[in-house]
Amino acid sequence: MAVQALKDYKFPPADAQENFHGAQLLYVGWDDHLMFCAPFAYCLPPNTPFSDLCQKFMAHSFGYHPDWKNVDFSKVTWLKSGQPWQPDMNKTLAELGLKHKDALRFQTPGLKGINGSSS
Amino acid sequence: MDMNVKKKKLGLKEKYAHMTRGLDWQTSYQPMEKVFPQATFEGIKIHDWDKWEDPFRLTMDAYWKYQAEKERKLYAVLDAFAQNNGHLGITDARYLNAVKLFLTGISPLEYVAHRGFAAAGRNFPGVGPRVACLMQSVDEIRHAQTQIHAISNYNKHYDGFHDFKHMLERVWYLSVPKSFFDDAFSAGPFEWMIAIGFSFEYVLTNLLFVPFMSGAAYNGDMATVTFGFSAQSDEARHMTLGLECIKFMLEQDPDNLPIVQKWIDKWAWRGIRVLSLVGMMMDYMLPKRVMSWKEAWEIYFEQNGGALFADLARYGIKVPDCLTQCSEDKEHISHQTWATFYQYGGAAAFHTWMPNDEEMDWLSAKYPNTFDKYYRARFTYWRDEAEKGNRFYSNTLPMLCQVCQIPMLFTEPGDPTKICYRESEYEGEKYHTCSDGCKHIFDDEPEKYVQSWLPVHQIYQGNCFPEGTDPTAEGFDPLAAVLDWYHFNNGHDNLDFEGSRDQANFAAWRGMATKNT
Ligand SMILES: [Fe+2]
Ligand SMILES: [Fe+2]
Repeated sequence: MAVQALKDYKFPPADAQENFHGAQLLYVGWDDHLMFCAPFAYCLPPNTPFSDLCQKFMAHSFGYHPDWKNVDFSKVTWLKSGQPWQPDMNKTLAELGLKHKDALRFQTPGLKGINGSSS
Repeated sequence: MDMNVKKKKLGLKEKYAHMTRGLDWQTSYQPMEKVFPQATFEGIKIHDWDKWEDPFRLTMDAYWKYQAEKERKLYAVLDAFAQNNGHLGITDARYLNAVKLFLTGISPLEYVAHRGFAAAGRNFPGVGPRVACLMQSVDEIRHAQTQIHAISNYNKHYDGFHDFKHMLERVWYLSVPKSFFDDAFSAGPFEWMIAIGFSFEYVLTNLLFVPFMSGAAYNGDMATVTFGFSAQSDEARHMTLGLECIKFMLEQDPDNLPIVQKWIDKWAWRGIRVLSLVGMMMDYMLPKRVMSWKEAWEIYFEQNGGALFADLARYGIKVPDCLTQCSEDKEHISHQTWATFYQYGGAAAFHTWMPNDEEMDWLSAKYPNTFDKYYRARFTYWRDEAEKGNRFYSNTLPMLCQVCQIPMLFTEPGDPTKICYRESEYEGEKYHTCSDGCKHIFDDEPEKYVQSWLPVHQIYQGNCFPEGTDPTAEGFDPLAAVLDWYHFNNGHDNLDFEGSRDQANFAAWRGMATKNT
């Protein structure tokens, strides 16, 4: 349904990609690790290699967790917008077709958080 | 001979008629629809404004007299509180953080409510609701003022109280209550009345006001208790106005029902999301607890709210669908929200901490189905790490919900081990929401929510640094720049309670007041 308004109601989206100075937003959440209360938001250039996302940016954000050192990226499964998705570590975000504001989730089989509590 | 003696004084009923209905007139230079341009665009049909009943029948002169009396008493207590170092009477300095949350997150909303009711009063063509809205508008600005005055005593002694107005417009978690009111204020007058007059003041007020005021009473905060008492009689009037307004809309035309139902669904959900902040306050921030969030929810929402919806059923109003999820959420949201503030405690203007053993046992007893199973291991781990000098602070910004603007911290209905992700697309752009409730609100009016000022995205766009900041400079520290822009005193307002200046000062001053050394 459309908004009810007195006049024409048309405004540009506040978070259009051109507002991010050449970068794009990407969200990443780690399933069964709720120690991180919410998925993280990254603002990265589209030519960022996916391996950098995993080894640099995600390592920085998730590294506090004792499970992080046991993450084996060859066994990780990924979801994009809730659907199974297969990245190639050597490709960039753009080459993998990741769009502005895409949401990724990753699952690490065998790792279930602190005392298996999904924390 | 009989003479007509002129009565000196009007009866209450006559006076009310003259001072409300008698103040109305039909415009002649301009057509009524041009004078009241907001009266019809929302689709609400009103046939007879005179059917509006004001159960309080308060007139403006009585209002001034009555409120002035209350105000005199309030300020006498506040003066005594200040002169007798009342701030040292609280249970524990951790309590102050609940007051900080109230001052920064709630008091500015009283001011916005003042503006919103003034606007609603201006925009209703009927004189009955106009007068009622005027009085509520004056109430709300008094509430803002008395709260600010009551809490200003704490600002003399403790951190985090110094710039609430500035913070409301900028700080990431304050965008949650701010966006709630902005959303209501940018709607038409009828939606405003459902959003604030009904959902907020009637359905949810007992879950907001009562926990803070009883929390204050339990924790020795006489300043806050006093303004609570002073506002109480106004709140009763506000609740009645909200209820009268919804019944009036429903009685005026059957076409109003679906519109009113849609607004109730939307605003009940938006209000419940804001109340996550109250939940964590009750379960984690009060050194002496009143009751658990879950218990408060059961009493004030499930029981009282249930009776209200049973009453509204005769108009065809149904309990909002999204509320079925709440009976599950009541077991989780306070823990999830506190965990969020704990890890983003570097960017909050109040202190956070992990509960001690005794408090964890209280939580286990109050939440037998969830606390030990889902949260205790996490909190114990954090506490142990903090003791080892490795206190957890998240170093990356979180993903936010496009509608409620809360980090995406809520879990999937039926599975508290998984984050709930919802996604919509509008004009080629993706939008993420935290729940079915928020997604539903987005999908109904995407044109509105694409404009959301989401703090995380604004930081990434470079809009949240002090003027003249060069983010490309060597050694640029984005978090420090953002905190500066928030007007936080980095190192004093934020971080853990343990080791804070508040903790040290309170202990020293209370020691001077109660000990000889
Ligand atoms: Fe108020
Ligand atoms: Fe939400």
